[in-house]
Amino acid sequence: MAFPLTVNNLTVAYQKKPVLEDISFRVPEGKLIGIIGPNGAGKSTLIKAILELIPSITGDVAIFGESYKKTRKRVGYVPQRESVDWDFPTDALDVVMMGRYGHLGWFKRPDKKDKAHAMECLDQVGMSQYAHRQISQLSGGQQQRVFLARALAQDAEIYFMDEPFVGVDAATEKAIIALLMKLKSQGKTVLVVHHDLNTVKEYFDWIMLLNVKLIGIGPTEKLFTKDYLQKTYGGSLTMLDSNTSPIIVSPR
Amino acid sequence: MNWFSLFLDPNTQWILMGSMLLGLSSGVIGSFAYLRKQSLMGDALSHAALPGVCLAYMLTGTKSIFFFLIGAIIAGILATAAIGYITRNSRIKQDSALGIILTVFFGVGIVLLTQIQHSNSGNQSGLDKFLFGHAASMVKLDVYTIAGISAVLVVLCFLFFKEFKLLSFDPGFAKGIGLPTILLDQFMMLLIVTAVVIGIQAVGVVLMAALLITPAVAARYWTEKLHVMVILAGLFGAFSGFVGTVVSSMVNNLPTGPLIVLSATVLFIISVLAAPNRGVLAKTRLRVSAKSEYQPLTNQRVKEKSL
Amino acid sequence: MNHFWIILIGALVGSSCSILGCFLVLRKMSMIGDAISHSVLPGIVIAFLISGSRESLVMMFGAAAIGLVTVFLIQMFQNSGVQADASIGVVFTALFAVGVVLISLYTRQVDLDLDCVLYGEIAYAPWDMLHFGGTSIGPKAVWGVGASFLLNILVISLFYKQFKISTFDPALAASLGIPVVFFHYLLMSLVSISTVASFESVGAILVVGMIIVPAATAYLLTDKLSRMIMISIILSIVSSLLGYYVAYLLDASISGTMVAVTGVLFLVALFFSPKHGVLIKKWSRRKLLQQN
Repeated sequence: MAFPLTVNNLTVAYQKKPVLEDISFRVPEGKLIGIIGPNGAGKSTLIKAILELIPSITGDVAIFGESYKKTRKRVGYVPQRESVDWDFPTDALDVVMMGRYGHLGWFKRPDKKDKAHAMECLDQVGMSQYAHRQISQLSGGQQQRVFLARALAQDAEIYFMDEPFVGVDAATEKAIIALLMKLKSQGKTVLVVHHDLNTVKEYFDWIMLLNVKLIGIGPTEKLFTKDYLQKTYGGSLTMLDSNTSPIIVSPR
Repeated sequence: MNWFSLFLDPNTQWILMGSMLLGLSSGVIGSFAYLRKQSLMGDALSHAALPGVCLAYMLTGTKSIFFFLIGAIIAGILATAAIGYITRNSRIKQDSALGIILTVFFGVGIVLLTQIQHSNSGNQSGLDKFLFGHAASMVKLDVYTIAGISAVLVVLCFLFFKEFKLLSFDPGFAKGIGLPTILLDQFMMLLIVTAVVIGIQAVGVVLMAALLITPAVAARYWTEKLHVMVILAGLFGAFSGFVGTVVSSMVNNLPTGPLIVLSATVLFIISVLAAPNRGVLAKTRLRVSAKSEYQPLTNQRVKEKSL
Repeated sequence: MNHFWIILIGALVGSSCSILGCFLVLRKMSMIGDAISHSVLPGIVIAFLISGSRESLVMMFGAAAIGLVTVFLIQMFQNSGVQADASIGVVFTALFAVGVVLISLYTRQVDLDLDCVLYGEIAYAPWDMLHFGGTSIGPKAVWGVGASFLLNILVISLFYKQFKISTFDPALAASLGIPVVFFHYLLMSLVSISTVASFESVGAILVVGMIIVPAATAYLLTDKLSRMIMISIILSIVSSLLGYYVAYLLDASISGTMVAVTGVLFLVALFFSPKHGVLIKKWSRRKLLQQN
């Protein structure tokens, strides 16, 4: 059985400055993985390089043992919410339907079945009553849910999510994490770029510590320690240990 | 006609002087427009100036650069206000707002221009030269005016250098330390419009934007210091004005505007290729060295693995 | 009859440009449309010089290729660190200048009037009839612009899905395996071909105007992409009708008047659009204040 994701010697550089240096790791099936590291650590870049959205200098990536080109239909992607113009003339349902485009091929148009499927995905994120609302009239949290529904519509086995928790309300954050847990329980693999160190322990069973180089990847209880975090964040991290749970003052 | 007699002709000397000063001032002003990411504003303003100029002619019946200036400034203020209003009050983005104002103002300008041409005085007015410019048709008074205004523009840029620098780099901070940013903004727009209006006769409405943009972009390639960039852009502009005018007066039938623009473009291409650090040649060298630095690293690892 | 032909040409140019304009406006590339419509000039002149006529289809595509070169150059300079709008400005002015110089150099060979490059000679377009087997089958301009209109309709409806997603979310589109770059250049080719086809009869100003203004107006009137395209086509047809009528009354430049009318329609939508109009927004804000 091939690993959902294998990355070997991945290096990405803009001009001369390396953004990711010699990254190698493997991800087992059915894990919910938080990608953690300071600003400029290359977290989003890693996802983009894996999905071949930006060129890498060296390295190769295998998804379920094959190249990304062959396994595209098994991959779901949630870009950063700010990466699109929400004034675009379209409604929530239509955005979710875009998740089906990869399965439709070149000339087929989405039909009733795709529409019903998209509606179902919207329902899963609790947004079905907003299906026909123009997307700029949704709140930040609602927009993020629409993006998540779109990823669900992709029917993938491995998901890459770029900062899905940024700028969303508490209710949405809860809804998103419940959904991610559900995906995990279905045996799907989910990689999430994450900022808030306080919720790491609660959300993820695996974490990846990244700061241009790969600091470590593995079960949260093993890696989410003072030593590893200090190695990742350098001197900029302040930790206030309390007896029950560590309160972390996130470096920003 | 040979080179030598060309330079002896006092009339040519004046025209040369005029277009060089024009290039100088628009290069200097264009640098600030470039740094404020408003390069195409020059394009919009020069198109928007057309209806103002035509109206000024229709109302006064004279081809006076001062009336043109007033007309163009009013049109320019209207255009910038409209662009700002549209972007602030609707979902239309900056680029579309710019495009809308540019084409609609220009369309109105063309309508007015054809009206002027149809009333029989039009052809003597030389207004038809406005679209593409014709330096040789300038009379001495025009050249005096162009030279004078260009000089004033350059001096103003020199005097307000510090303020413009801050406004271009960090408008928020400029506001914080008490600079009247809105006023400065309008002032800079006024300078751009003025440069456009004096340029119209030599370069024409359509290509005036190039005189504001191209020398500035070319200069940006050579330096990281603002004052060097401004001076370089001015020199590039003046040089383009010189070459363009000389070629235009030697070859029959060639309009001055496109030649000045092409001279500036040649300078730009040279800058793109040859500039240190930012130029294509320098960058290619850098990229090759970056690649070779990582290549042995991975090769080594592969070897380790196979062992 | 001539009235009819002129209005038809204007409407065809308008429809063909505004379909593409919708995507350009949404991609925030309106000014690239402006750039292409100026920079194809040297292509047209060179095509003219080589073929000696304006009819050759191959030459038309050759001229349209210059449009692609424009886009490519803009992208290249942008990648090398020049700001986006400055790089647009440098490229199109340079190419346009080359075109103007070529026209001035070869005035005798090239039957193009400089002023017409900008505001066209749509008034004369109906005189240049196309003949087929001895009978006249309408002005050449109608056929040329009509063909580019059909081409645009065909390509856009065939790849509607792809154009839509690569406009809204290029990152997702690329991750789904949609060749985003290919569709970018396909769109730009359509813009170039439409420009070249319309250029001679209506001039650059009407092309740019019809690309940007009706699409932007439609953008204020609807929240659905397909409807936005339909509305922009209707607006452009209305503009050419009204524009021609006003130009006829004033005895002014037809292209200029048509563009001016698109501007008036935009102004109306800006203030009175039932969804996004300035007045409706002000009114609902006031209502909200009163409620509180």
